[in-house]
Amino acid sequence: MKELSLNILDIAMNSVRAGATKVEIRLTETDETLTIAIADDGCGMSPEFLANVLDPFSTTRTTRKVGLGLPLLKMEAEQTGGTVTIESREAKTHPDDHGTVTTAVFYKNNIDFTPLGDVVSSVVTLIQGSPGLRWIYVHETPSGAVDVDTDEMRAVLGDDARMDDPDILAWLDGYLRENYAEISYPLD
Amino acid sequence: MKSLAELAAIKAKMQDKVVLREGSGQIRVVVGMATCGIAAGARPVLNEFVQDVASEGLSDKVTVTQTGCIGICQYEPVVEVFEAGKEKVTYVKMTAEKAKEIVEKHLKGGNVVDAYTITAAQK
Repeated sequence: MKELSLNILDIAMNSVRAGATKVEIRLTETDETLTIAIADDGCGMSPEFLANVLDPFSTTRTTRKVGLGLPLLKMEAEQTGGTVTIESREAKTHPDDHGTVTTAVFYKNNIDFTPLGDVVSSVVTLIQGSPGLRWIYVHETPSGAVDVDTDEMRAVLGDDARMDDPDILAWLDGYLRENYAEISYPLD
Repeated sequence: MKSLAELAAIKAKMQDKVVLREGSGQIRVVVGMATCGIAAGARPVLNEFVQDVASEGLSDKVTVTQTGCIGICQYEPVVEVFEAGKEKVTYVKMTAEKAKEIVEKHLKGGNVVDAYTITAAQK
């Protein structure tokens, strides 16, 4: 992928497909590292499925559907000296506390670090595609934080508001971009 | 700095058009957003459709949605246009510029942009 924000878009789609009602995307940045954590309350994965999920050459039928998304993320993290870890609890065995957390750590000063890019577009695209979910986005940087929670937007708009309304999406895009500008964080 | 309070103004505006949006969707624009599509550049294509459909005042008849991989990854970004009573149109190797043109000529004007379809790409 050209930008890590595209990986975020791609990996968060797994949460949507897992039937999540809430997805939290949390970016934590220091001067040296960028940590991307995507947590959902979806159906989770079995331990057997989880064991193969990062392997692009796995040929078992169960993992074939997963495709290249996670292996790409792993490659991009590892080429900077970083890591990808996935924790998952299956709904079958954890009926009250299931879901998946994918965490990727990148070393920003490595020459092979892929820039974050236009993460605002990814957040807006995710909400446009799955307006019924609760999306929480938090990006903490050394110069300040940017965040949004669709539940807080619903508190103002009312529960019947559609988050994929073009006016709401345009507002959200502007809101996040302005908040990024406020902390002088580049999105390209 | 923008604040959540501004959403209240949008809410008021939205209440006026709720009725209009009911029963919409004579045309459905579907953008492939699986790993293959995203890697090939589907995100700006989708955003262009969302923005232009709104700015051209087409929201009442056009809905823009996302889908997974439709199996022709070599042609991504792929966009399908479904219209009641008409054959599906598949646009391939899309860009934001092409999306703008399709909104103008196809969604607004009713004329398929043949040059960007899969049929043209396969010739």
